[in-house]
Amino acid sequence: MNFNLTEEQSMIRDSISRFVQDNYDFDQRKATTSLLHGFSADHWQQFAELGWLSIPFAEEYGGFGGGPVDTMVIMQEFGRGLVAEPYLPTVLLFGGLLQAGAGEELRNDLIPQIIAGEMQGAFGFLERQSRYVITDVKTRAHPDGDRWVLDGEKTVVLNGGAAKKLVVLARVSGEQADENGLSLFLVDAFAEGVTTTTYRMTDGREAANIRFDDVTAEATIGGPGEGYELMNPIIDRAVLAVAADALGAMESLSAQTLEYLKTRSQFGTHIGSFQALQHRMVDVFAACENTKSLLYRATCAMDASDSDAQRSLLALKYMVGRAGRQIGGEAIQMHGGMGMTEELSVGAYVKRLMIANTLFGDADYQQQCFSAVVNAGPRPEVGSDKLSSRGQRNSSPRLKQPQEVTHGNRLQNRDIIPLQTISTATQSAVQTETR
Amino acid sequence: MDTRFSEEELAFQAEVREFFANVLDEELLALLDGAEASPTLKQGMVEYQRRLNARGWMAPGWPVEYGGQDWSVTQHFIFNSERGKAGAPAPIPFGVTMVAPVIYTYGTEEQKARFLPRILNSDDMWCQGYSEPGAGSDLASLQCKAEREGDEYFVNGSKIWTSLAHAADWIFCLVRTDNSGRKQDGISFLLIDMSTPGVTVRPIETIDGFHHLNEVFFEDVRVPVENRIGEEGKGWTYAKSLLVHERLSIAEVAESKRNLEHLRELARAEVNGGQSLLDDPAFSRRLAEVEIDLMALEFTEMRVMASAAEGGMPGPESSLLKLQGTTIQQAIQELRMDVAGYYSQAQQGELSADQLGHEFADFAQKMYFRGRAASIYGGSDEVQKNVTAKHVLGL
Repeated sequence: MNFNLTEEQSMIRDSISRFVQDNYDFDQRKATTSLLHGFSADHWQQFAELGWLSIPFAEEYGGFGGGPVDTMVIMQEFGRGLVAEPYLPTVLLFGGLLQAGAGEELRNDLIPQIIAGEMQGAFGFLERQSRYVITDVKTRAHPDGDRWVLDGEKTVVLNGGAAKKLVVLARVSGEQADENGLSLFLVDAFAEGVTTTTYRMTDGREAANIRFDDVTAEATIGGPGEGYELMNPIIDRAVLAVAADALGAMESLSAQTLEYLKTRSQFGTHIGSFQALQHRMVDVFAACENTKSLLYRATCAMDASDSDAQRSLLALKYMVGRAGRQIGGEAIQMHGGMGMTEELSVGAYVKRLMIANTLFGDADYQQQCFSAVVNAGPRPEVGSDKLSSRGQRNSSPRLKQPQEVTHGNRLQNRDIIPLQTISTATQSAVQTETR
Repeated sequence: MDTRFSEEELAFQAEVREFFANVLDEELLALLDGAEASPTLKQGMVEYQRRLNARGWMAPGWPVEYGGQDWSVTQHFIFNSERGKAGAPAPIPFGVTMVAPVIYTYGTEEQKARFLPRILNSDDMWCQGYSEPGAGSDLASLQCKAEREGDEYFVNGSKIWTSLAHAADWIFCLVRTDNSGRKQDGISFLLIDMSTPGVTVRPIETIDGFHHLNEVFFEDVRVPVENRIGEEGKGWTYAKSLLVHERLSIAEVAESKRNLEHLRELARAEVNGGQSLLDDPAFSRRLAEVEIDLMALEFTEMRVMASAAEGGMPGPESSLLKLQGTTIQQAIQELRMDVAGYYSQAQQGELSADQLGHEFADFAQKMYFRGRAASIYGGSDEVQKNVTAKHVLGL
């Protein structure tokens, strides 16, 4: 058992860290995000030259053959430096889906282009109504001869402005909420009928809403109806990547806040000497460590295809939301007025963490999924001699991997303890404590 | 124990309710749309404040002789509640609520005559020069100097976090006139004309995307001695006396109730996997917690109001009003962001609501980031807790 990085992983980490030091100070970052599409094409070329774009791809395409730990290392450094380049959308989502499901010719054609830094891509899966349920898909694909024609709209397409090609999730059969009947298609971003409206996220990165009016797809990715099964593992890896990015941002934000506590003076001393702030800073430190532990847990579980993988990933993404909110809030509050300005990078880090919370489902959503997974199994039956279920609403959320949850009697199957006995028990407990 | 209003109080409530239902017409709403992001904010607020003044309700808390109303504490409470319920803004506080009480309590007749009518009629816009880069929570350590030479002060230094300084005509400043004794005893209260040579304003860019905060620099700014309120060295005392006035409006209960109802409807309409967010157990629990805390705060405020109405000392619970009020505001803003989901992370103002795919994400984001400051200004959460620990709990 060890949590060490290999020599190669350490080298990649140091290499990215150096890149961030040289290219991503406060002013450089602002300059980069103000460029077209919110990132630097020069940086992207450097990524290609340094081999970073090849890491998750198989060697047969010229890739490094890296796994979840390698991706984790990269994304953590990107988050730490607030790197704006679209590694997640192009390499992990777009590239990952191609590698998992595209035909051989397409893979041999496109993946080397991604590795060489010549191909920007994006994955369009969300829609106006879908919120966090990715199987809520209205965009339709109908066959036309040996082609497929797409109609609909995708929203919040990360890197949707720069992408030359898109992988699009569309429905070939079934109702809006069915997880069956979904397919993935390769679409040229400049094809006729494609309308792209770009906008920036709060941290400067670009997203787009993309409409498809009678758009002929270039190819299918996987077979018809296989979309859900194909994309799930890729999304899981993307969630890990988002979490690693968030951890890097949390660690940086936490360090900035600690530094401020040590250097800011009021009332004749540095504010870090106030116990109230010390305790809260410890809480921030703990939140970072807990996120890191869950990240390692989920990454190792995915790497080993562990049965714990799903549960760990949900726990991790929940923690990213909860810890991100806590650390972000404390960073602003402890920086006082300065935390409200754009003169520090505190605000930019907070925004990155807020985005990380929403990507692929916020903390509340993850907690619902988590509880459904871990609490799966039969519930007590509603019989005539037991209390009724009081008209429980069927409030089971639609999940990525839905579990059967029957709503029956929530009371435990044991004798009801008389109130008197409870209060006696409490009283003696209190007496014990105060003795 | 009786929480009902009297007949007269109910009649007054109806009168105030009617006024606020009508005062914000289309024209005014257009001018004020976007709050601090509105380019016509000053114009809109001046128009609104003049309408209040026409009714005699611009400064109801002032003594009657200067243009205030002879209202009971309960009436003041009703007035603020109804205003909050209607979603009407409070007047810009710096003139009417912050400097004016100092002027009419400690100022000369000339100062009162010169400044008070112009505040009442919104002829002068004011800003507050208190905080400095080195004096935030420890305001008494301020360093902005005022050196006396003949019948003038020469002011040198800077102030920070000055809301609306870029639009203000006057600034009231706490300045250091003496360095020898206790830091609080060397502070004086000066009124400075923003157009005086040597005064420069630098805008501060904030994470909410608004421009409302500034840094104000004073370089050999000459201020006549007549612009000092009261005695030299008594500025800190005068400033502290202001805090008493804030009690009944600082919790912003009525505004929060209105925002919570709005939030409930936004959440009702937001669907995730065929289910309204209101039926999502995680979301509904968080919403319920805020609503319950707000219900408690509403009565805490009424308890404070009732004891003030009887002329008694404010009870210990009054120290919780700002702390809990702002915590609730921030919780509502956070929930609103969560309802907007992905769209809450889009850069404000870039796309129309229809293009983006979400109607209120813009508003949610603005309010959220702006709202982060509420636990920092006006006595941060930490300072509030220190005060309560010391003065209420005796720790």
